[in-house]
This record gives sequence, C-alpha cells and structure tokens, in this order.
Amino acid sequence: MNVRSQVSMVFHLDKCIGCHTCSVACKNIWTDRKGAEYMWFNNVETKPGTGYPTKWEDQEKYKGGWESNGNGKLDIKSTSRTKIIPNIFHNPHMPSMDDYYEPWTYDYQNLFNAPEGSDQPTAEPISMIDGEKIDVQSGPNWDDDLGGSPIYAENDPNLEGLTEEQKLQLSSVERLVFFYLPRICNHCLNPCCVASCPSGALYKRGEDGIVLIDQKKCRAWRSCVAACPYKKTYFNWFTGKSEKCLLCFPRLETGQAPACFHSCVGRIRYLGVLLYDADRIEEIAKLPDDELVEGHRSMILDPFDPEVIANAKKSGISDGVIESAQRSPVYQFVVKWKIALPPHIEYRTLPMLFYVPPMSPVQASKPEDTIHHISEDLFHDIDASRVPMKFLANLFGAGHEGVVRYALRKQKAVRWHRRAETVGDVDRATADRMLHEANCTREEAEEIYKLTSLCTFEDRFVIPPMHREQAIEMMKEPHEHRTDAGFGFVGGPQRGL
Amino acid sequence: MNQHFLDQFLFVALPYVCLFTFFLMTVYRYRMQSFSYSSLSSQFLENKHHFWAVVPFHYGILVVTAGHFIAFLIPRTILAWNSHPLRLYVLEVSALAFGFLTLVGLIGVVVRRFSNTKIRNVTTPTDWILFVMLLLQTISGISVALFHPWGSSWFASNLSPYLWSIFKLNPDITFIAAMPHLVKFHIVLAFLTIGFFPFTRLVHVLVIPNPYLWRKPQVVRWYGRRGS
Repeated sequence: MNVRSQVSMVFHLDKCIGCHTCSVACKNIWTDRKGAEYMWFNNVETKPGTGYPTKWEDQEKYKGGWESNGNGKLDIKSTSRTKIIPNIFHNPHMPSMDDYYEPWTYDYQNLFNAPEGSDQPTAEPISMIDGEKIDVQSGPNWDDDLGGSPIYAENDPNLEGLTEEQKLQLSSVERLVFFYLPRICNHCLNPCCVASCPSGALYKRGEDGIVLIDQKKCRAWRSCVAACPYKKTYFNWFTGKSEKCLLCFPRLETGQAPACFHSCVGRIRYLGVLLYDADRIEEIAKLPDDELVEGHRSMILDPFDPEVIANAKKSGISDGVIESAQRSPVYQFVVKWKIALPPHIEYRTLPMLFYVPPMSPVQASKPEDTIHHISEDLFHDIDASRVPMKFLANLFGAGHEGVVRYALRKQKAVRWHRRAETVGDVDRATADRMLHEANCTREEAEEIYKLTSLCTFEDRFVIPPMHREQAIEMMKEPHEHRTDAGFGFVGGPQRGL
Repeated sequence: MNQHFLDQFLFVALPYVCLFTFFLMTVYRYRMQSFSYSSLSSQFLENKHHFWAVVPFHYGILVVTAGHFIAFLIPRTILAWNSHPLRLYVLEVSALAFGFLTLVGLIGVVVRRFSNTKIRNVTTPTDWILFVMLLLQTISGISVALFHPWGSSWFASNLSPYLWSIFKLNPDITFIAAMPHLVKFHIVLAFLTIGFFPFTRLVHVLVIPNPYLWRKPQVVRWYGRRGS
C-alpha cells in the first residue's frame, strides 16, 4: 500500500444555479492576460449542450484520454510515445482556436473619435488577437440555458444511446430540461496531460496531487492540449506555453479555498483530502467500463483505518493531513454515501473531481392528471425524470446506469425523509421504506441533509495544512534567499523572440 | 592582399565570433530566461495550412543539416561511399530532394505567416530576419548543389578539414580560399545564422524532448525528494 493524499472536490449539481460567478472569479485572477483571454480554467456548461471547446466530449474528434492498445496496456489516444516523434511538428489532434472561440473586445475609441455624422457611432467588435473587426459567431457559453438548441443541445455527445423518442422529448418545448455542469481541471490520478508531455513539464505534486505545468520547461509541443480528454489544458498563443487550472494553490497554501470555490453562490462546491493507494492506479485504470466507477472508489482509503494511518505515516503524510482527511466532506459524498460520481471515467484518467448528479423534474406526460408519487415502486419517477437516466449515465457512469440510479434514489429518499420530518404530508413509514430501499439510514439521511443544505464554509472546505516550510527546506542555503521577494521568475515571464 | 584579409576576416574571425556568441548566449539564455525557450507554435491559431508548411520544412531541414554534420564528422566514410558513382548519384539526388523540400516548406511557412493576420501578429521582427536568412541559405545551398555538383565529396575532402581546423583552434583557410563565391556565401551565412541562433526562436532545436522515450509516464514532484 502506497498511500498518497489528494486534494479532491465535489460539485453538487443539484445546487448549481448556473450563475458563472466561479468562472468570473477565476478569470479575474488567472486568465485576464494577453494570450489567455480565451482560456476558462473554470467554465459552466449547460447540459445538454456541446460545451467548451465545442463537443469536447466527442473523443472521435479530439482523441483525448487513454485507450487500451490490445495487449493489456494503456496508450494515450492522441500521441502515444511512438506517435509523438513523427508528429511533433504538427499535432494531428490539436484543437485550434476555432474549436474554442476567438476572443474579442469592442472598438470603444470609435465612440469618441468617429467623425461627425448623422448616425450615432458604434463600438464594433474587434478581435483581441489581431485587432481586426470580427463577426462574432460563438463564445465560451453560447449555448447557455439551451440557447441555440438545434446547433448545440441536440449535438451533445452524451445523447448517444438514447431513443429517438427521448431525444425528441428533450427538445420539445413543454418538456425542456437542462442542468449546469461547472468544470475545472479534475487533477486526475492518471493524468493524460502529464503522461503525454514530451518535455516532462507537467507534473503532479506529490503532497496534494495538484497537477501543474512547469512554465520554464514547457516548449509548446502541445501534446497535453490534445491528450486531456476534458480539454482543460490550454495553449497560450502569445507566450507559447500551455496553461491550466492550478486549483489556486497559492490560496490553498495560505488556508484559503480556491477562488471558484470561495465565490460559489449556490455553495455547490466541496473540497477536502482523500487518501488513496497509488500502487493501484494502473490496475484500476485498466478495468472494464462497467467496473470503473466502483474500482475508482475502491482506491480511496478509509482515513480511520489504523493500517491506512500507519501506511500514510510511513509515506510521509503528516498528522495534520490525515486528520484533515478524516474530516473531508469529499470522503463522505464519494465513499461513504456513494452519491458523488466522477465525470466520464471511461477516459481512464481517474478524475478527482466528483459530481452529485442533479435531480430533475419528472416527466409531465399525463395529459390531465397531476403526477402522483405514491406507487408500489417509490422511485418510478427517477427513471421517468425529464433528464433521461441514460444521459446522466453517459456523463457520470461510463454509460452504466446503476451507479447514477443509486445516487439519485438516495437523494430522493433524503428529500422524503426530510419532508416527513418537517412538512409532515409524507407518512413516516413510507419515508423509512424509501430510505431502506435507497440503502440509507435515518442518521445518514440527516448527515446528507446537513452537508447539503446547512453546510458552513468550514464544512465545505476542509483545507489540509500544505507544509510549505518543507518546500523551502529544499533550498540548501536559506539565508541566501532571506532578502528575496519570494520564489518565481527572475525578470518575469518574457516571451521568446 | 585585400582578398587575403577579407578571407581571414570571413573565415577565421567571423566564425569564432559567431561560435563564441552561440555558446555563450544559448547557455546564458537557458539559465536566465528558460521561460523564453519555446517552439512558439502557431498551430493553435491556424490549423489548416500548418501541416503542409511546417512538416516539409522541418523534415527537409533536419535531414539536410544532419547530412552536413555527418560529412563534417566522418568525411572518410562519405568519401568511401562516394567512390562508387551510383552511390554518389543516390546521395546527391536525395540531398537535393530534401533541399527542395526545405525550400518549399520554408516558402509555405513564410507565406502562411504573412497572409494570416493572426499569425502575423505573433511574428516578431527577429522572425522575419531569420526567415530572410534561412531563405537565402536554402536557396544558396540548392544553387551550390546544382552549379557545383558532387558537394558531398568536396565537402568531405575540403570543407571538413577546414571546419575541424576551426575547432582545433588552428584555423587553416587554404581550402576555402579557392572556393567559388557561392560556396563562400553559403559558409559565411551559415556562421552568421549560428551567431544569430541564440537570439531567435531557433533555440527550440536544443530542447528536443529526448528523455520522454524512457521516462515513466507519470511525473510526480515532491517537496524534498527527487524522482517519481
């Protein structure tokens, strides 16, 4: 057992209101620079929709993630070791700016400088790359709230495997339904971006599992952009360096939640440490599709188990981190309650960001009747909900519905339990039966309810001690650096000539 | 007499200045500004013509440059290979083919950079100077191959000793003095390019990713310890 700690995340989709506050907080801090204007380390997508970059989930097009090469080994789909050499000059699966969008601003000066005329001057959109006037065709969230459904929502790759009827229902006006999918880097356990980098510029931090790009080692071979199936590494077209979400590690190191977490209006985000067995990464990543979610969960270790604690200490994990793992809200959602699921685990990167799948309105297909919940199968409307189960399963269960159904049934049981407690129009016996059928106890339901609805800042973000003092010890002669302003670049990141 | 001084300047002084600049500045830049070591790829901004320009250029120039290096390192082997006319023809024709591949690719690269406003926006004056130098160098190289044939042989027999004499710090330009002007031009421009090298994006040649083939797929960095 090789215990490592990982700062992990849960996004509770049932609470996301799609306000993009997270995206704006992130943009203001990290990507409001030349060359990075088009990057959204954090973005919020409407599902169904094609997302950003357009159709990122279509791996026939982008070739992201891992694939089995037939003899029991995993290969990077885009450029494996043997394929990178002949393809280093031109990456065959590199997305271009057209797949994202061309960033633009407006020609505000024209409002002041336009010659006198009979019309009011206008501020026309101009490209932020070459300053030319552009005809804006799309943006990073052009499909927000199902805008332009025939182009976007109907082309969602997750609709694969749905019946024609289900697809039609999704887009018929009376039954429209959507939910939001906020996305950041998943800080995977088996990151494809890291494995694909010819320069070895990408790395995973040993202590907390944050995946970073060493800006001094990146040489713009662009492999990571093609390799990441979530398209969460971006190419800075100006500096010629790739960049990605850094989980606000400078904030984490000072005990603050990452900006997108901190600013989340719906309080959908949870952050905490998970301990996992690093020896099992390869074994788990090779599992067949239907065992991936369970397998991934089984890698995560119980932070209360004395054997795990002993091994964690042996691996150099500090007591503070272990204690933090014991209080981790992520552990509760992912392992204890099993209601948070990894996105698209079939890409086999073992993402460490988990989503609680959203509840959705039931299908109001009965013409003159209201829908009654009381039937022999108390969960019938989970399968009859407006977002087809298969759609959610494609997103969170590698196409298999079981794990998603389990998570939704438990969430519904918790709601009924609370309804029996507070409103009283549901009888206690029915609520208990639902809890029982959803594999949940009253105590657990209360815990889920509390962490979902009443969670404070401290409940949501259990930030481990990051032990930067150990990093400083790396430097042999600390006294030489005592007058320095800090670490980082000498003279700033200057673009090459 | 003037010719002698000119030759001394172009083939003794200039090479040393350029080589010294090359070694000093590449190391200095790598140590002080390693952030600036990048291929500065423009594939992200324009992906339709990228393949047809960049790929022929790189394969062409890599093979041609490697050919020059081999003739410099193992001149006797080259001469032995060329002792048979058929083998000489094969070598010369394939070298010329890669020369043309370089030229076609380079013209493609320049046209692409000039015609697309987005890429022109990320092209610096240094890049344009470099393009002019590379174009002249490629054209002069192809011209040498066409008008002064069997270069693979006379490079090995005449130029290789000259280059070795430079590196042995005992410059001997007797072989050079008799060379045609076109060849002299090619040599001078080659040294100028080497001297200009550390100030351009060409430095990405030096950071080709060799450890990738044998490193572990996943890279993990720890605070205190090295390795994965």
